[in-house]
Amino acid sequence: MASDRIFGLVMAIVALAYIASATQIQTSFLSDPVGPKTFPVMIGSVAALAALFMVFKPDPEPEWPGLRTVGALLVAVVVLVAYAYALKPLGFPLPTALAAGLLSYQISPKPANAAITGAGLSVGLFLLFKYALDLGLVPFPSGLAG
Amino acid sequence: MDILQNLAMGFSIALSPYTLMLAVVGCFFGTIIGALPGLGPSNGVAILIPITFTLGLDATSALVLMTAVYYGAMYGGRISSILLNIPGDEPALMTTLDGYPMAKAGRAGDALVLSGVASFVGAFLATIGLLFLAPMLANVAFLFGPAEYFALYLLAFCTLGGMASNNQAKSALAAAIGLGIAMIGIDNSSGLPRLTGGNLHLFDGIDFLVAIVGLFAIAEVFFFIESHGRNTSIGVKLGKVKVPWRDIYATRWTMLRASGVGFVAGILPGAGASLGSFMAYMTEKSIAGKKGGFGTGVAKGVAAPEAGNNAAAGGALVPMLTLGVPGSGTTAVLLALLMTLNITPGPTLFTDRPEVVWGLIASLLIANVVLLLMNVPMVKIFVRVLMVPPWVLLPGVTMISFVGIYSLSGSYFDLLLMIGFGVLGYILRKLDIPTVPVILGILLGGNMENALRRAMVIADGDFLYLFSSPVSIGLWIAAIAGFIAPMFLRNLLRKPQRITD
Repeated sequence: MASDRIFGLVMAIVALAYIASATQIQTSFLSDPVGPKTFPVMIGSVAALAALFMVFKPDPEPEWPGLRTVGALLVAVVVLVAYAYALKPLGFPLPTALAAGLLSYQISPKPANAAITGAGLSVGLFLLFKYALDLGLVPFPSGLAG
Repeated sequence: MDILQNLAMGFSIALSPYTLMLAVVGCFFGTIIGALPGLGPSNGVAILIPITFTLGLDATSALVLMTAVYYGAMYGGRISSILLNIPGDEPALMTTLDGYPMAKAGRAGDALVLSGVASFVGAFLATIGLLFLAPMLANVAFLFGPAEYFALYLLAFCTLGGMASNNQAKSALAAAIGLGIAMIGIDNSSGLPRLTGGNLHLFDGIDFLVAIVGLFAIAEVFFFIESHGRNTSIGVKLGKVKVPWRDIYATRWTMLRASGVGFVAGILPGAGASLGSFMAYMTEKSIAGKKGGFGTGVAKGVAAPEAGNNAAAGGALVPMLTLGVPGSGTTAVLLALLMTLNITPGPTLFTDRPEVVWGLIASLLIANVVLLLMNVPMVKIFVRVLMVPPWVLLPGVTMISFVGIYSLSGSYFDLLLMIGFGVLGYILRKLDIPTVPVILGILLGGNMENALRRAMVIADGDFLYLFSSPVSIGLWIAAIAGFIAPMFLRNLLRKPQRITD
């Protein structure tokens, strides 16, 4: 109930903001009869209608995970974002081992297994991508390799 | 005769040793991907697209490889359905209804071989159907103007929303989210940026591959973290595998009927494989009556949904290739593959690039035979794959997704977007909002808007032009009916619940 209402409300606001910014789209003097604004405004209207429908006629509440699991999910998101930033400056193997290990730990909290998974995936995938598939990956931190 | 000539050309492309090797490799990995719980055909094909792209294969080879993976994943999906009672994807749900009870009764090997043969029959007949129907439909599709295309895209969203979701408002919202995302970037006709918020990264628009991998693969990781991989315990043991000739013979008509039903369901834009396996199972169930024992592990209950599912997968290729409108989540991913390879599906594909179409059809036939030969004797090897624990599998999937997307563009921004789509996918699925319309919206948004704008240029801004031809009126009526009818048929079309131990 509440989840659908909240999500519907958020989406309705997003849709209105979308329509508002669609009306600000610049048009060139060479425009066709429809122009670049109409279709986005139509989409925004459909989204707003559907979102309001969710607010007024919500489905039963889904089963949300407990606080600890939400914590684990947040940790996973942070790990992934950090991984995205680390991939270029630190090379492939090191961040991959850390990120894969941490993710593995979030799924099944056994430190030894997680460490082996991280190290194994890092080395295995690096060899696979570098030599079997010939993708250009940076092996080590750019500072060290010189 | 034309068809035979074209087919011969297709085989001459697809039968070169190199492409044949690609087909075998694709089938092997596809089956593994399909068998891994939590990595269905859409996920598997989605994370492999960026990697195939960076490998620099030419269009035909890449297409052969990925369709082999696609068909392989459809085959592989049945392994986890039957042995673990975990459907790898939505259409495989129907296979668990009789497959799992049959495996529990000690006939796991029989169920696997029987479903393999049924998959083969379904996919083979559907490919033959595709062979005849697609060129005919392509000729009809030449008559489609922008107004008809606009109505057709609308139909795809409406039927997909109607069939695949339990709540029309939610599927409409999902489609609007996808279409809205597709609008971001430089406007094609005026050349001015739209809805980018001044962010330079968004000027090129959002790459649909980033969205697909995020919504499918990354979201799946979050689901596994939530469940801590608990749902993946090993179910039934597999004994000696023999070929159950008697069951295969007894289910011959079931397989043929289910293939027909599945193929027709697959052709409907937006309906796809889930509807195919559902309809095939339900038809056979009503033909067999109460004495048929459907749901207790009978051979027909295994053969029908598998033949229907694979026939629908083939049928879904008909609208995808001729009109550029995918019928299901997995064909949407295949459409993404074609677009990545710079191939525009549509009636012109058949005249401009016949080698792609007929090479594809020939490689489907080859992949099918390879899969049958591979799946019966080697099923034990694929069953081993089920033992890969989720705490190794899911981090691996994540890392492969990252490398794939990173090697496409080399930008952090795409990786962050992918994570964002992963979070979005998790929330959407939690709220029972389907994610396939989002992907369809991102894929088709640009085309849909172009169709509308070209139609309006032709009609000089007269909106009634959209309803001016009998074809477009028919499509509009079908779209509205496809959206509204399931509201009333909801009770009739209720899907059987998964059986629990």
